[in-house]
Amino acid sequence: MGSLFRSEEMTLCQLFLQSEAAYACVSELGELGLVQFRDLNPDVNAFQRKFVNEVRRCDEMERKLRYLEKEIKKDGIPMLDTGESPEAPQPREMIDLEATFEKLENELREVNQNAEALKRNFLELTELKHILRKTQIFFDEAEHGGVVSQMADPNREEEQVTLLGEEGLRAGGQALKLGFVAGVILRERIPAFERMLWRACRGNVFLRQAEIETPLEDPSTGDQVFKSVFIIFFQGDQLKTRVKKICEGFRATLYPCPEAPADRREMAMGVMTRIEDLNTVLGQTQDHRHRVLVAAAKNIKNWFVKVRKIKAIYHTLNLFNLDVTQKCLIAECWVPVLDIETIQLALRRGTERSGSSVPPILNRMETFEDPPTYNRTNKFTKGFQALIDAYGVASYREMNPAPYTIITFPFLFAVMFGDTGHGMIMALFGGWMVLKEKPLAAKKSDNEIWNIFFGGRYIVFLMGLFSMYTGFIYNDFFSKSLNIFGTYWKVNYNWTTVSSLPSLQLDPNGTDYLQRPYPIGMDPVWQLSENKIVFLNSYKMKISIIFGVIHMIFGVVVGLWNHMYFKKRINVICDFIPQMIFLLFLFFYMVLLMFIKWIKYAPTNEEINGPYCAPSVLITFINMVLFKANVAPSEVCDPWMFSGQLGVQRALLILAVLCIPWMLFAKPFLLMRNMKSKMHQQLNNHGTENGDVEGGAGAVQQNAGTVQGGHKEEEQHDIGEIFVHQSIHTIEYVLGSVSHTASYLRLWALSLAHAQLSEVLWNMVMRNGLRYENWYGGVILWVVFALWAVLTVGILVLMEGLSAFLHTLRLHWVEFQSKFYMGAGYTFQPFSFEIILDSAQATVED
Amino acid sequence: MKICGPKYALCGLVLSTWGIIQLVLMGAFFFIRSVALIEDVPVSEFTSLNEFYTKIDAGYTQNAFNCWIAACIYIVTFLLSGHQFYVNSRSSLSV
Repeated sequence: MGSLFRSEEMTLCQLFLQSEAAYACVSELGELGLVQFRDLNPDVNAFQRKFVNEVRRCDEMERKLRYLEKEIKKDGIPMLDTGESPEAPQPREMIDLEATFEKLENELREVNQNAEALKRNFLELTELKHILRKTQIFFDEAEHGGVVSQMADPNREEEQVTLLGEEGLRAGGQALKLGFVAGVILRERIPAFERMLWRACRGNVFLRQAEIETPLEDPSTGDQVFKSVFIIFFQGDQLKTRVKKICEGFRATLYPCPEAPADRREMAMGVMTRIEDLNTVLGQTQDHRHRVLVAAAKNIKNWFVKVRKIKAIYHTLNLFNLDVTQKCLIAECWVPVLDIETIQLALRRGTERSGSSVPPILNRMETFEDPPTYNRTNKFTKGFQALIDAYGVASYREMNPAPYTIITFPFLFAVMFGDTGHGMIMALFGGWMVLKEKPLAAKKSDNEIWNIFFGGRYIVFLMGLFSMYTGFIYNDFFSKSLNIFGTYWKVNYNWTTVSSLPSLQLDPNGTDYLQRPYPIGMDPVWQLSENKIVFLNSYKMKISIIFGVIHMIFGVVVGLWNHMYFKKRINVICDFIPQMIFLLFLFFYMVLLMFIKWIKYAPTNEEINGPYCAPSVLITFINMVLFKANVAPSEVCDPWMFSGQLGVQRALLILAVLCIPWMLFAKPFLLMRNMKSKMHQQLNNHGTENGDVEGGAGAVQQNAGTVQGGHKEEEQHDIGEIFVHQSIHTIEYVLGSVSHTASYLRLWALSLAHAQLSEVLWNMVMRNGLRYENWYGGVILWVVFALWAVLTVGILVLMEGLSAFLHTLRLHWVEFQSKFYMGAGYTFQPFSFEIILDSAQATVED
Repeated sequence: MKICGPKYALCGLVLSTWGIIQLVLMGAFFFIRSVALIEDVPVSEFTSLNEFYTKIDAGYTQNAFNCWIAACIYIVTFLLSGHQFYVNSRSSLSV
């Protein structure tokens, strides 16, 4: 097991694989997931690589599987997901798989095609059925009206039928041919259709329409559409062509409709029987399709895994170099040093499986490249590591802040979120997610917010527990205090004093106070006091600064571990020591002042050490920086906390300020001197090595020397860059120390806001349920409690929790990590089937 | 009989569990005259110490009983949403 504090030690390896064994070996490595392959043919495009054909075949198989999956989903058939991951099949099995998928796809396509044709047929028949039924109504109406009854008289010639009947003919009208067309059109097109007909035919046609109540299925899209039946009466051939054109334009389907009622009845009977037949055939087709899909659904997940694995293997093989003899493949990969044994075992397994006799060779290589950063995580540290990596991936072998974050993150969060009740809700939620980890993870929800919460379940759980603790210290339980040990304050006033005065003071220097503090946390009496906020502010501000300064000092110390690990003595001398002095002499001194004030001043002491004379820490600190002396509030008091304070403060300040030029100039000067001495050496070497026989190492240096000499300008540039860099670094640190210390006051501010908000919520909402002096108050309380609970969870736990979380994140990223963290690395991305399958699953679900 | 979906039912279950626990406890605290809750006790005008004591006493007792009444209603809510939860989980299984 590698160290938790730094990323894993990595090495670049060369891997020689025999061509036949390569597939099996890479498959084993994929199962292991500890190797990151490098692309050895970066200038070759995707289509010119060796195994492009295989990758394409896999793509094709995947496409077929996706088609199958889509069809399965359409039918709502549950897919069997055992969650197991079958091994990557041998390359020769690929042909079998391809054949299976091909067969399935063709079968399904055929079935679908047939089904579509049948459905189209079915649609036509249903439409015809509706036409016959609806037009029957039109004709019946007409018959009752008795006007156009003769139109369909079979005894007459068509030409003899007149629009106005016998009377019209007698009145001198011409005998006219009256025709009609019937069809079906989408319901939303009706108004436009009607208007168009009216305009194009100048009102000489007669349109009747009726809606089909049941929606019809469109066979090509499968959507449910509403349609209407229409019938158009017109006169003459010209109008007929015109009407037909318009119908065509509006995508209306026209159906032949016999004129005689008897024919219509006969046709309707025929249509009905054909619909019946079609229904049975359609049912059988559906059944067949269902059977095919159910059979496929059993295996589809398994197939997906297999195909994706094959594809990943060939994709990886494409990254390899081919040896000149074409007998072996050469790969380069980053591996963790500790896992070389396991990798070699896996390679041996792969060779055995492929039946090859030549073992693969794993060769360590020297390189100047920066290796990737690989932090081994488990389910507990994963969330915390993710928080760190979101800011920037650690440089190779840099101190990893994640282990410290595990404690500091929930703690600083809890300082802002201190309420036992709210912490309990959070801890219960986190604890539930932790307990039900496996079933919840197996659900694989694609809800983003849920996944964020679930990924951080251990963080949430710890934050909840820590908040319960700080809530206990603040003595806040849904903004109410718990009186566990009994308050240590006492009210000794009599009735007349209490009833006559609006507010009273309890003197801590007397019988009102037991002269012992409450055993743990805040005394519950503060909940009822007027000056609770004033009292708590002073306490919370101080602890915020104390935590902050300790946190920052720790950050600088972690920086020291970095310098020591990378053996950069120059950084220890020029960065760490002045930084530490600056921080300790100014800000840690202020922390000490707070402790002195807490210890030295008390109301029971004589006046010089009493509350009235206690000097303000903040004012003292400001005066110290401004080089001013403290002023006592009156003659009785001493303006200083200890004797000689003024001198000590001045000395501390001067030393701290002296650290600034130290930080600013020491490093660039030292670097410059080193460089100069190196140059001298090289020049000297150059002189002596002329004619030297064993100039192996010397020659290299000599070369380097001439190269450097040739780039003198660049060197000047380098020095300038170092200066600029160092000055930025220094300014950032000095200004940062001030602003970061102040920034930790957010611990106090958010904690105050949280406590106040929860108190306001109780007073404004919950109290409404407790005002009633009757039994129905219970019912009102029932409603009010629900409201209060929802607001508590929504505002106080969720929103305030989010805000406290973000502030904690900031304190870690900016205030803590800026003291030591480079974050200039890149992550180790091993070739692992698990990761590939997971991401493939995720993209499919999107 | 199905009234609401599974999410509402779960919500109701969680809320009523919380309600039962907290209201029973709050009732107990009112009953033992917890000072922390004194600001929540309804007290109208009073002129003497004795009057104050009787009024605040009555207020504490009333609030304690009100809390327990609300807790009892939450037991009903709990049973109701529990039933709904059961109905929902069974119907989702049968699909």
